[in-house]
This record gives sequence, structure tokens and C-alpha cells, in this order.
Amino acid sequence: MMDKEKYRAMFCNPNWDYATLEAADEITSRIGKEYLKLKTYPNQIEIVTSEQMLDAYALTGLPTSYPHWKFGKDFVLNQNNYTKGRMGLSYEMVINSNPCISYNMENNSTCMMLLVIAHACQGHNAFFRNNYLFREWTSAGTIVDYMVFARDFILKCEEEFGEEEVENVLDACHALMNQGVDNYKKPFRLSSVEENERLKKLIAIKRENFNELWKTLPTGLKLPEATSGEDQKFPKEPEENILYFIEKFAPALPAWKREIIRIGRKVAQYFYPQGATKVMNEGFATFTHYHIINKLFEEGYVNDGFMLEFLKSHSGVLYQPEYNSKYYSGLNPYTLGFNIFMDIKRICLSPTKEDKQWFPDLIGKDWLEQVHYVMENFRDDSFILQYLSPKVIRNMKLFTIVDNEQENEYEIGAIHNERGYKKIREQLSNQYDRSSYVPNIQVTKVDQHQTSKLYLTHTIQKDRKLDIESTQETLEHIRYLWGFPVELHSKNKLGINENTFEA
Amino acid sequence: MSHIIDRRKNDKGKSTGNRQKFLKRVEGQIRKAIPDIISQESIKDSHTGGNVKVPVRGLDEPSFQHDPKTGKKQIVRPGNDRFNEGDRIPKPKEGEGGMGRQKGSNNPEVTEDEFTVVLSREEFLKYFFDDLALPNLVKKLMASTETFEMKRAGYTRDSVPSRLNIKSTFQQSLGRRLALKGFLDKKLKNLEEQLANSTHPNEIAALKEEIEKVKRQATTVPFFEDIDMKFNNFERVVIPVTSAVMFCIMDVSGSMGFHEKDISKRFFTLLYIFLTRLYKNVELVFIRHHTEAKEVNEEEFFNSRESGGTVVAPSLKLMHQIIRTRYDESWNVYCCQASDGDVWSKQDAMECKNLVQETILPAIQYMAYIEINNRTKQSDLWQAYNQISNDENFAIRHINEVFDIWPVFQGLFRKRNGVKAG
Repeated sequence: MMDKEKYRAMFCNPNWDYATLEAADEITSRIGKEYLKLKTYPNQIEIVTSEQMLDAYALTGLPTSYPHWKFGKDFVLNQNNYTKGRMGLSYEMVINSNPCISYNMENNSTCMMLLVIAHACQGHNAFFRNNYLFREWTSAGTIVDYMVFARDFILKCEEEFGEEEVENVLDACHALMNQGVDNYKKPFRLSSVEENERLKKLIAIKRENFNELWKTLPTGLKLPEATSGEDQKFPKEPEENILYFIEKFAPALPAWKREIIRIGRKVAQYFYPQGATKVMNEGFATFTHYHIINKLFEEGYVNDGFMLEFLKSHSGVLYQPEYNSKYYSGLNPYTLGFNIFMDIKRICLSPTKEDKQWFPDLIGKDWLEQVHYVMENFRDDSFILQYLSPKVIRNMKLFTIVDNEQENEYEIGAIHNERGYKKIREQLSNQYDRSSYVPNIQVTKVDQHQTSKLYLTHTIQKDRKLDIESTQETLEHIRYLWGFPVELHSKNKLGINENTFEA
Repeated sequence: MSHIIDRRKNDKGKSTGNRQKFLKRVEGQIRKAIPDIISQESIKDSHTGGNVKVPVRGLDEPSFQHDPKTGKKQIVRPGNDRFNEGDRIPKPKEGEGGMGRQKGSNNPEVTEDEFTVVLSREEFLKYFFDDLALPNLVKKLMASTETFEMKRAGYTRDSVPSRLNIKSTFQQSLGRRLALKGFLDKKLKNLEEQLANSTHPNEIAALKEEIEKVKRQATTVPFFEDIDMKFNNFERVVIPVTSAVMFCIMDVSGSMGFHEKDISKRFFTLLYIFLTRLYKNVELVFIRHHTEAKEVNEEEFFNSRESGGTVVAPSLKLMHQIIRTRYDESWNVYCCQASDGDVWSKQDAMECKNLVQETILPAIQYMAYIEINNRTKQSDLWQAYNQISNDENFAIRHINEVFDIWPVFQGLFRKRNGVKAG
């Protein structure tokens, strides 16, 4: 342990070196643990250049991924925007893995480095480790390993079956990523070692069961099970995970394609919690760095100049343009999440009359315990539904616009007043609910007897129809994987078919 | 415990493979856009720009999406400054954009604009000339793409006198003489000491004789001996030919207007870029002619308005003369002649044909004649050249409009029999 003066000298010098980073990591970890009581994975902090950051962007933050043109396209897109100055690179990027890997840009100043380390290595890290969605749906210890397995497997397939064929399968998987997630079932955890063993076993079983005699069976012969149950429905229950269904039941799919679909499914599953907790995750990380840096100031580790730079960056992160600003691009998840977490703290410490009415459970509780409870047990839609307070709604001047297809005018549904709070809260929660932006499409039937045709059903919600062009293209992808015709029916709430797509 | 790792020294370009895959996907669009990129820049500049921007339509990655125009949606926005519950606002007209639909991080319905792919010079040339090659590259070049050069390779003891390395031979001789002199001096000193101590007359006589002999030896140490001789040693080293010269011959008679010159220039540009891909060093020789032929610089070649009647043959003679005086056989010579086909007389045309056939073609790799006109009647020059157009390293083509250039160029240099360029 060094004395305070030494830390101070280091942190107040804008040019960082290795020792500064070590000190920053050590001290933010200590404050994170002692003051905010954070439980985290070990950290792996990597210093990267802007080009490497672009690489990381393209692979959506994973240290490695299988080869695919989509990542190249994203790289080109980001690079264009970056070099034209239309987009700044974020100061950091974190991976939900154990150890928790974070990338930090080399050209950050010392102050930024401290902020970023507190934000990513304490905030995001603790969120990944403790939030229920991440704990149950992802396996931080094996993801890096698994992606190495996935990359090697895909490379092998490219070699054996040609890049084009592999690309077709991956394209189809990407089109169905949103339909490749179990929303309710928790997935198993498999490391690459286990995956490889499972594959080996599969091959062994196949070899054992392989018999030249089967090739001599006359074609067209139907097995008794297939003909017997005319009334038997398949699948018994509608299946929402289309990728899973194809992987398991596609009639004529070679094993390697099934394995690629499985990889696509695993990746979709891995990213599913990140999509569902953007507001909370960013909000909590911002809340964390804000508290850690302020604590550093209180304890005298940093000076006024440092704090000025910090506050400038911090408020930059929290900038929320208004609806009519040309910079407006949706609600800033950092701002929304940070505001709600800060308000939970405020309500615990100094509740008003209004708070007592709205949040009786928070009154008089330990703020840190409450923040931890919220961070661990919610996701964006439930978080907003439960904790978006009238005060935050007033501060952000939130309002809702009703956009009805039938009318030529927008209507203002609710504003930040007594009558509007509940409506706005429900509305916003709705907006972050996955079902509001991912169409509800399920596998409902397979014609097992004649055509092997796959039937999908789209349940229309709030009169929202499917986009014709993209639906048709996606169906082509399904058809490619399934190998037989596919039909999709869009049904309204009365169960009446409104639109049919075929491929 | 945390690890801090400096990744900056690591390999960059993790995305290179994926980027290549992406480029492969948009290849068609890149190919289509590339001929337009040939601009009116100076020939030498048009390929050194480094990066080339190619507009590419965003590649869709389809998925199940809601049609944004349908249904009843409620959207929460921040920063209300004037609205009250129940207010009604007219919707923006189609295509205007507006509150209903904007790009945003949490808006799943993001549209993608057309964007440009920046190709490096190498990538650009790859797409540009992917399926092109100099047609007779193998036949004439393989034997002569390589030439030998003598390179110094240390010293040898035995060689011809002209390769004698005087300096090191002298050093060797000096060393040898110093060594011998030292040895003899020492011997002499010894003998003289013995002589001084000696009393026996017989012994003295013998010693004196010995001393005399040593003294004589010391004066007869040869200045050069065989073992001193050092000759420069040379080895034959194969060096590939990396130079090419391209002759641009253009008719500048009155009938060649801006349009014709523009087409010629674009054609020459293409050929120049093409050659720079094959050779490290490409030189350009510009010859313009009306009644007389003249070598000029690029600026004058395309811009001067000097004109007169048309006699073509002198330009070919001039070219031949330049090849003889300036470019030895290690050069790969190419020629491109552009003309509207107008000639002074049939005789001139015939003379051209003979010149090309007898003196030019044997000395060069490839010659292309492009005729820029939109007449249906074949010109005299065309007819004359047509007689030798079966020759493998000679080709003639017609170009009328700018959009003809690329196909004609491709036709001239299309790979044959799987011959690879580069």
C-alpha cells in the first residue's frame, strides 16, 4: 500500500502508465468492495487502440467469434462512421465472462481510465455476476472457451463443406436469432471440453448404428409409427424457439448443420440478457462509477481538477437530448437507469410524502441493500414498472405519444402530471418488453405424413402486422434449413388468419 | 486479482478475414462501380490516390420484423415542453421522418443507408483487373521476364587480369613482404651477433657468407607473388524484369475533338494502371502526330490544340527509334495507338501496316490500336491494320462512347488459356 500522496500524484497526472492503472484498479476494487459491497468476477483489463476497439465492436465484444461476412460489414460500417467523425468510440467495452474482460482505449486520460475502470470493472462486472438473468441464462466461465470451440468448428466445416454452404447456414441462423431464445427454460451450461465430448459421443453412436443393410430398404416404405397416429399432433405444444425446433426435428439436415444451428442458438441465448437489461446495466455501472469516484474525492485521492474532468465526462455520458433536438436518438439508457437508481437511494434516505405513497417498501430501508436487491432481481421492463418514480418522470419531462395507424394525427397520451405517471410508467415498461419488438411467432404444426411442411403462427399484437419483405426473406431462410415448404399464418386475437406467407 | 494487459502491440486487423468475406459479397456492386471511378485525373495520379471509395447498398440481414406503419403504438419521449394530455399533432408526411420513427439506440426499427466501402489500392486493382491479363504474357515473356546480373561475391585467387583487385592484392603483398623482412632482419641480427662473438676464422668465413646470403635474400623479396593475387569474384544472379514502357500514340489532327481525346485518355489511363500492376516501374512515352510526329509530355499530349493533316507512319518510326536508343531488351514495351482512322492516303496506311508488322511487333510485347469514330465505313487505317489483326500481339478495336471503353479493354486483355497476370 502506498500513501495517499503517491496515489494523488499519479491520478492527477493526465498521462497514465502501467503503475497508474494498477493503482486505479486496486483502489476502485477496494472502494467497490468496502463501500458499495460489490461482488465481482476477477478483472482482466486490456489496453487497446482505436482499431482494435473497432474489431471488438464488430465481434460485438467477444474476444473471438466464428468468421462471417456480417462482422466484416459491421466493421466497415463502424469504421466509416468513425473516420468521418459521425461516431465516437466508447471509452470501454466489457465482456460478460469470468474473468471479466474489459477493453480500455489507449488514448483515455488518467481520469477517464479511473472512470472507465470503476464503470466497467466494478459496475458492469458486478451486474454480470449478480443479476438473475445473467446468472441463469449465461455461463460466464465458459463463453470465451465456447466461442473458441465455435470458431474452430465453423472453420472445419468451411474446409470440409465449402464456405458458401456454411455461410448459408449462418445467414439463416442470424435471421432467426431473435427466435432462437428460450424465454422460460434455462439452458444447460456446456464448456468447450464438454461440447467436444458430446460431439465425439454423437459420432460414436452414429457409427455403431450405421448399417449397410438400411440402404437396401425399398423407398416409400412407411414405418408403422408414422402412419398410425393420424390424429397425433406434432409438436404437441407450440414451440417459440424456432432454431431449437429446426435443430432437433428438421427432417433432412446433416449433423454438421445442426451443430451450427446450435452454435447460433447459444450465441443468441448468451446475448439475450444483455438486450433485456440495457437500461439497468448501464444505469448501475454509471451509479457505481459515480459513487466510487466521489468517494475517492472525499478521501482525498484526487483533486479538484480531476473532479472537474470527471464531472464533464460523467455529464456527457448522461446527456439526454429532448424529443425535438436534432441530436435526439431515443432515450439514453445511461440516463434513465442512473436516474432511477439514484432515486431509489434518495427515497430510502429522504422520502417525501409522495414517495411514501408510491414506494412504501423502500421507506427507511438501507439504500445500498435496496440498490443491490433491485440490481439482482429485475430486468428493464420490470425495473421500470416497479421503480420509475414520479420524480424521475417529472425531471425527465416524459410524455407518451399515441401513434394509431388509423388516424392522421398523433395523440399525446400522457404527460408528467398526476394523471400521467402510471400511464407513462406502464408505457415505458412496455416499450422495453421484448414482446413489443420481437414478433410472437411459434412453430405450430408439422405435416408429418405427406409434405413435411412446417407451419408457423404469428400472433398479432396491438394490430402490428409483419413487414412483408423481411418476413418473406426470413421464411426463405427457414425453408433452407428445414428443407421442405414453410407456411406462416398471421392470426389476430380472434384466431382469424389475416395474412399468409409461403416459402 | 486483476490482470492488466497491454494489447496494443497485438496483431491488428482481427476483422480482416471477415472484411474480405464481406467484400466478396459485395463484389458485384464494386465491379459495377469501378469503371465510373476512372476520372479525368492525370494518368499517373489516378492510381496513387490510395483509397478508393465505392458506394455499396446496405446488405440486408432479414429477420421477423413488425411493419412500422401498422398498429397502435405508444412511444415515450423525454423533454416535454408544450404538450398536454389529449393534444393532437398532425403526422409528418410520408418520407419526411419525424417523431414516429427515428434512428435510435433503443429503436429496433433502424434503417440502413447506403454506405461506401473504402478499398485499399491493392483491393481496388484486384477487383479492377481480376480477370485480365496481358494476352501473350507467357509466350514472349516467360523466357525473358528474367535477366541476369553479375553480383560481387567476395574474392578468388584465380581469374582474368581485368578482375584483379589491386587494393587487396597490394595489402596481401605488403603483409607478406613485412613478414619476410622481419624474419630476415631477425636472422641477420642473430648472425651478426654470432659473428661479433666468433673467433674461429673458419666460422667467421661461414658466417660472413651466410650474412651475405641473407642480405641478398632481403633485397630480392618479390613485390608480387602468385599467392598475393586477389581477383574480384562475380556470380550470376537472376533478376526479374520489372520495367515496362508504354507508348501512347495519338492522332491529333483536326478531326480529333475533345470527345475523342477524352476517350483515348481514359483508355491510356486504364492501360497504365494495368501495367503498373504487373511491373514495378512503368514509363510513359507520349507521341502525338499530325503531319509530323513529336514526343511530348502528358500535359501537351492531351491539351495542345496544334493540328494539321494526318500522316501516321512517322509516329511509328519515331517510336521505333526511341525504343532502339532508350530501351534495351530488358524492357517490356507496350504500345497503344488511338486514332479516328483518318489518314492522308492509302499508301500511308499501308506503310503503317508494314512498319507495325516488320519492325514494331518483333520488338514489343503487345500493341493495341483503338479507333474512335462512329462511322460505319471502315477507315483506311482500319482496313490496313485488319490484315494483321490475327497476329497474337496485335489487336484492333472500335470505341464510340465512354461506356464502350471498359468492355473493349476487357476484351483486349481477357485472360486466355488460364494465363495469370502478375
